[in-house]
Amino acid sequence: MSRMQIVTPNAAQLTVERLYKDMERRIVASPPGLCPVDLQLSFLRLCHSQTCGKCVPCRVGLGQLQRLIESVLEGNARMSVIDLIRNTAEDIMNSADCAIGYEAARMVLNGLKGFEEEYIHHIKYGKCSVHITQSVPCVALCPAGVDIPGYVALVKDGRYADAVRLIRKDNPFPTACAFVCEKPCEARCRRNLLDSSVNIRGLKRMAVDNARADKVPVPRKAESTGKKVAVIGGGPGGLSAAYYLELMGHHAVVLEEKSKLGGMLRYGIPNYRFPRERLQEDIDAILSTGVEVKLNTKVGNGEGEIPFGKLREEYDAVYISIGAQTDKKIGIEGEDAQGVISAVEMLRRIGDDDMPDIKGKTVVIVGGGNVAMDCTRSALRMGAKKVCVAYRRRREDMTALPEEIEGAIAEGAELYDLRAPKKIEADEKGRVSALWAQPQIIGQIDDWGRAMVYAADLPPVRIPCDVVIVAVGQGIQTRHFEEEGIAVKRGTIAAMEDSEVRDMQGVFAGGDCVTGPATVIRAIAAGKVAAANIDEYLGYHHVIPCEVEIPPVNFDDKEPCGRIQMRETEASERKRNFLPYEQCMTKEEACREASRCLRCDKFGYVKLKGGKPAIW
Amino acid sequence: MNRKTVNIIIDGVRVRVPEGTTIMRAAKKAGVEIPHLCYLEGVNEISACKVCVVEIAGKSKLVTACNSPAEDGMVIYTNSPKARRVRRTNVQLLLSQHDCNCPTCAKSGSCKLQSLSNDLGILDVPYEKDIARAPWDKNFPLIRDSAKCVKCMRCVQVCDKMQNVHVWDTCNTGARTTVDVADNKSIAESDCVLCGQCIAYCPTGALSERNDLDKIYEALDNPGVVTVVQVAPAVRAAWGEALGLPREKSSEGHMVAALKKIGFDYVFDTSFSADLTIMEEAAELVQRLSGKEEHRWPMFTSCCPGWVDFVAARYPRYLTSLSTAKSPQQMFGAVAKSYFAAKTGISAEKICSIAVMPCVSKKREATKLMMDSAGAGRDVDIVITTREFIRLIRSMYIYPERLEPKPFDSPLGESAGAGVIFGVTGGVAEAALRTAYAIIEGKNPEKGSFAEVRGQEGRKEAQFKIGGKVLKVCSVNGLSNARKLLDDIEAGVNTYDFVEVMACPGGCVGGGGQPFSDDRDKSKMRGDKLYALDEKREKHCSHENPEIIKLYEEFFGSPLGEKAQRLLHVKY
Repeated sequence: MSRMQIVTPNAAQLTVERLYKDMERRIVASPPGLCPVDLQLSFLRLCHSQTCGKCVPCRVGLGQLQRLIESVLEGNARMSVIDLIRNTAEDIMNSADCAIGYEAARMVLNGLKGFEEEYIHHIKYGKCSVHITQSVPCVALCPAGVDIPGYVALVKDGRYADAVRLIRKDNPFPTACAFVCEKPCEARCRRNLLDSSVNIRGLKRMAVDNARADKVPVPRKAESTGKKVAVIGGGPGGLSAAYYLELMGHHAVVLEEKSKLGGMLRYGIPNYRFPRERLQEDIDAILSTGVEVKLNTKVGNGEGEIPFGKLREEYDAVYISIGAQTDKKIGIEGEDAQGVISAVEMLRRIGDDDMPDIKGKTVVIVGGGNVAMDCTRSALRMGAKKVCVAYRRRREDMTALPEEIEGAIAEGAELYDLRAPKKIEADEKGRVSALWAQPQIIGQIDDWGRAMVYAADLPPVRIPCDVVIVAVGQGIQTRHFEEEGIAVKRGTIAAMEDSEVRDMQGVFAGGDCVTGPATVIRAIAAGKVAAANIDEYLGYHHVIPCEVEIPPVNFDDKEPCGRIQMRETEASERKRNFLPYEQCMTKEEACREASRCLRCDKFGYVKLKGGKPAIW
Repeated sequence: MNRKTVNIIIDGVRVRVPEGTTIMRAAKKAGVEIPHLCYLEGVNEISACKVCVVEIAGKSKLVTACNSPAEDGMVIYTNSPKARRVRRTNVQLLLSQHDCNCPTCAKSGSCKLQSLSNDLGILDVPYEKDIARAPWDKNFPLIRDSAKCVKCMRCVQVCDKMQNVHVWDTCNTGARTTVDVADNKSIAESDCVLCGQCIAYCPTGALSERNDLDKIYEALDNPGVVTVVQVAPAVRAAWGEALGLPREKSSEGHMVAALKKIGFDYVFDTSFSADLTIMEEAAELVQRLSGKEEHRWPMFTSCCPGWVDFVAARYPRYLTSLSTAKSPQQMFGAVAKSYFAAKTGISAEKICSIAVMPCVSKKREATKLMMDSAGAGRDVDIVITTREFIRLIRSMYIYPERLEPKPFDSPLGESAGAGVIFGVTGGVAEAALRTAYAIIEGKNPEKGSFAEVRGQEGRKEAQFKIGGKVLKVCSVNGLSNARKLLDDIEAGVNTYDFVEVMACPGGCVGGGGQPFSDDRDKSKMRGDKLYALDEKREKHCSHENPEIIKLYEEFFGSPLGEKAQRLLHVKY
């Protein structure tokens, strides 16, 4: 007999490997709104099947925990069971040999910590407090609740203008979102159960490229109510609110402090990601409803400014959507040196075609979010000699979209991770000469799963540079509003969930200025919520209908099929200019991609409860 | 616009149907029956049970017929080996979670799951039993047995869509998903008005009315008790269905004969007290019309307890708009234990007053405040549904078709046509108008004068000229229509003088206590039977009923008089 053998996996092992992959994707596609206790039990079963069976706590204990949780779910447990579960899990955690056991127990404990009320509810009432109200995953996860399966089906049928109309029912920025949406809709796409999520944003791009937003007429407006609403801030949130208010028959007047509309879509996102002329298409469509715009108009007590109090007198309601436009500082020595600029300022100047001169210079960007990546890639396009990103944590901890980071690296940016900025060094003329950074070491994972960093036992490093761009977040200009009596909490305007400002009749606020810097689609959603609630406040109940008939489902078999990505201009080419680099799908690709949609709007629970309402 | 049509072949039969027609409906047109369970046309088309699966040529996955539109050129096999096997498996899976104690189930014989399983020839289930048992308040008139629930969601949909009351909802997720009272309430705390429509459409025995037959047997068996039974108008239109009686053998006379055979001492007619209700309600309407500004209009009928409960729970500000007249059931009880007792010399305490009703809500109505006005316990002691009545007949092995028809007893047995049409939507309004007209005009209206308020539509409106004034009248059936009506009245969209509301679609003939039927047109058929009886009656107006005339002469004096107020009216 041979002494050793080469091990090759047999069919069963290979199949199990594939099943593991299936399970991973299934977890990704887990629909929102499940009973957490039920899930806990299912996870525990999986854990238990992984036990080798040697140690008592893991072999027997995990099984007994299942029985206990089962009794909770069956509604025949007493309140004392919770303590028994906790104690048992702690004992397993403290005595199991290996991670298979103690980590399984830890998951149970974390569950008890995170949703003990759910356990209690089951024990008390014999049922779950969770209630499924919406389970088309993409629609549920889109903050604006856009009818995604609907427009995907329309794109499949080549009905692009109808797709734009349908998107507009919930989101008047179809073009902006086709280019820059963070696409939360794709995160739990049920298609993940088969292969991977549908390229939803790509299909929206197909719609707006083939039916330009400014060429698709907006719906008919309701009869004029004679009411006037002031919207402070002409960004995506303010313009969305204005659009819906106009459709409802109220007159919206947008006050914008800058010389052009668009807010962060114009002054925060560089042209190569979202070309200005395409932004104009959305804006033109919105303005075609009759929205009145006052540019270069600031709300405040200064000269030539309109005081907030006056607006309240002159208008029937006011919507504050000023966004988060001011820069934040790192708070280190030398930050006032010449050559240190904030991301907000840099992007604003690019937006106004007033490019800072950094040709041939070495640039360091501080930060790890999408704005940092925008600055990085813009700097490359502006002809910088070298562009590096200094970030306190690791690449995988960055909040920027992975494709943005990849794009930046492909275009030649250097990534210095685990480098915490310590001070900025200036030359004798006060010009930046280097960024000093303290190397970090990665450490424990915190309660939210984020790895913490600590200063490593190493000396600071010097990163020579001519320009430092600070992209560590944005703040909100709340002062004037605070003086006018609006509550400000942790630097943001305190508005309620329905966007009303407490104790301020007829004043509403939403978007970045309430939530802190977030995404375009969340600002749009806030504008929509505000429009609906302002309408109610004014004593109306207008609905925003959409007469587009959505194509029926077909009965084609759903076989696994790869996801189609949009092509990009090659890195060496695109980094030379600010032209958009992402290319729309072909018709053939869009059809194939759209037919991957499983039509969760027609299959599953929504059949019972009707799913998303066709009007709002 | 001309709708496009599609051509399909179902089990070899070629049919052409309008685009968008479901395979289920197309199959019906082709004469092909596709078995189904959860499907309820227009109400529940959610393909939950997956029993109606069919195979489509060229597709590997089966399609549910109930909610999939037929596409042009489809070749459909409803009975292919694959469809047959899947259908069978799904029924077996349902059976694994169903408490199959058919011999002791009230639904046995009319259970859709039972007949489906029998039809498919399922003689064994290879899966282990997994029965959910949840506690329930057995004293409540509506009973839910979780062990029999197949989660078809019909009850949720019927309550949401047909009645707009939203008592039921899904609860839990995953394998534990089931149906329960919404918002973590108990059924008693909920706004359930006991219309019983969920029971009527439950395919299994999961929902039923509280069984009160034991109380009936006890009363019948007690020699010291005089049993006095009343039968609601709608019962006679439906009782024969479940017993398989031909029309001529399910007459009022056969029904009375069966009740006598059961052993009730006196068999009376709720149509009699319906005439009495009209006397009071019409007088009240005429009185309110004379002092128009003192009242909140319109005046609503109050004989449907489901409707009254609905107003109390959801629109309490309209309670004072309800007629104060008691329902025929309760008027009957009050009269039986006062006038009838005095007239016959039977002590009211010895009388057991029993009602046979098409309704579940009547069980609760009998226990309400002020429903003991005769001073001898409850005016109505026991209420059973039409279905319980049928069970009672069967339990005694009575074959009505073999009995000689008998008339109702006197003095509470005679009725005018007006009292009979009380059981159908529009009937109460029509009956009241006949008498109100006579009070104001001094003569009876012409036959068929108020027929415009008849019909199956949710809301019917009409204007009648009485006494030189125009009276705007409306009749509504089904609570979702009632809600819409109240909202419209509130918004000032509509104004009416007199409105009749019945909680159940089609009125009492479609009541939640009637024999089971998935056929939503059934209530029209039953209603027509009542109109036919009206035609045949000698008298058509309540005030012409000789027994009613006598009752006022001998006992009440006049409508709305002191005695009538005490026994026949309530305060809201």
